[in-house]
Amino acid sequence: MTAAHADPLGQAQPDGSGRPASSDHAVKIRTQHLSRVVKGVAIVDDVSVDVFHQEVMAVVGPSGAGKTSFLRLINRLDEPTRGTVYLDGVDYRTIPPRELRRRVGMVMQFPYLFPGTVADNIRFAPRQRGEEIRDEEIDRLLAQVDLPGYRERDVSQLSGGEAQRVSLARTLANSPEVLLLDEPTSALDDKAKASVEALIVRIIREQKLTCLIVTHDNAQALRMANRAMVMEKGRLVAVGPVQEVLGAESVLP
Amino acid sequence: MLNQFFHEPIALGLAQAAAVTLLSLGVMFLARYQNIRLEREILVALARGFLQVVAVGSVLVFVLQGPWALGLLVLLIMLVAAAFTAKRRVTTIPQALTVALLGIGVGAGTVILSMTWLGVIDPALTSLIPVGSMIIANAMNTCTLALERFRAEVESHTGLIEAGLALGADPRAIVRPYVQAAVQASMIPRIDSLRSLGIVWIPGLMAGMILSGTDPVYAAIYQFVIIAMIFATSGITALVSVLAVRGRIFTPAEQLILRP
Repeated sequence: MTAAHADPLGQAQPDGSGRPASSDHAVKIRTQHLSRVVKGVAIVDDVSVDVFHQEVMAVVGPSGAGKTSFLRLINRLDEPTRGTVYLDGVDYRTIPPRELRRRVGMVMQFPYLFPGTVADNIRFAPRQRGEEIRDEEIDRLLAQVDLPGYRERDVSQLSGGEAQRVSLARTLANSPEVLLLDEPTSALDDKAKASVEALIVRIIREQKLTCLIVTHDNAQALRMANRAMVMEKGRLVAVGPVQEVLGAESVLP
Repeated sequence: MLNQFFHEPIALGLAQAAAVTLLSLGVMFLARYQNIRLEREILVALARGFLQVVAVGSVLVFVLQGPWALGLLVLLIMLVAAAFTAKRRVTTIPQALTVALLGIGVGAGTVILSMTWLGVIDPALTSLIPVGSMIIANAMNTCTLALERFRAEVESHTGLIEAGLALGADPRAIVRPYVQAAVQASMIPRIDSLRSLGIVWIPGLMAGMILSGTDPVYAAIYQFVIIAMIFATSGITALVSVLAVRGRIFTPAEQLILRP
């Protein structure tokens, strides 16, 4: 599999090695001719791909290939200039943006925590829809990201790895169905990188999340993902089981 | 001394202008003595300033004798010119002209109309036009300050704002701290001018009224009235401008448009 299929359904019948462990093979996210042109440059160019329920899809490729831009189209932080995304078969343009972004959570390269305490950050998203999250619930979320007892810490006192865990807990407070991860460990040192990565893998499995992870680290893609999609100059150039795709050295530096 | 020789106001004015021109030329020669060569600029600036201000004065001769509606027309033209000037300074802001027109129009408009109706501003054109122009000019400065600050705050917090959007937050709630910062920042000069009134500076209007023979206490009170009106104008302008721009930095699908 070295070329993008014209028929996205063609990717639904791989040899099986890259398929999610779940018996549910429904398509969770389908991008159809997804494109974004900015000032005449196609930063995402006609990408059609299916991501299955509970699957982890790695998005790989050289820097500037449009990986982050692709991810930002999936929760509609940017508007496609052509094509669209289907979430559970529903065109996402018919879903109110705030609802879409609660269901399709995103963790960015930098944590971007709001000034205040850890608890303030975790309360933020539920409060947006008028829900007050209880302290026990905050503690449960913090335990999930291995930060017990951090509830009243000021975010300015956190290390990079701790801040990224709070950012993850903050997103999980929305109970998302899909998690978009944009190089979530690239700003961390090696030790924090390994533990945050292990944490993410555990949470994806436990919460049965569907996940797209942008990474420039092939080893990380191999550790975390079922399948991988390779982007180059905004285009999808390969998609398939992660070992197979990343084994094809011709497509990666 | 000059008034012993000149009795006509225009002739007296010209004589006075000639006197200060001589003074300025003296300064020019002093500068030249120090090898500061500004003759050309000084001469051009003197001539230009004189002609401009006399031209405006001549136009005012006709305008001030005109009907009340003419005054409103003049203020309206000033208002549009102010909005264009403000817009030019904040080009990256989407629909800057509309935002500036709204902010300056609502701010200056509310204060000028309500205060004229109340009789705080004399509806005579000799008072309405100069006072109105002061209010509009201040609305313009506030509008520029507020929009510029809001733009800077948003552009330096795009990561936080998009993190908020990605969490499914209301865009208006996310930018609330930047709305507050922008309105506060643009109001500070007005608060300072109220606070230092009379101590640090005797403003031009009060000086002018005293020069033209008004009772200094009334001139002082009226100067306070002017500064307070400018303060009110600034508050309305800043709020309206920033609230108007707040909705315009996001698309209908709640995507952030304003980026560095």
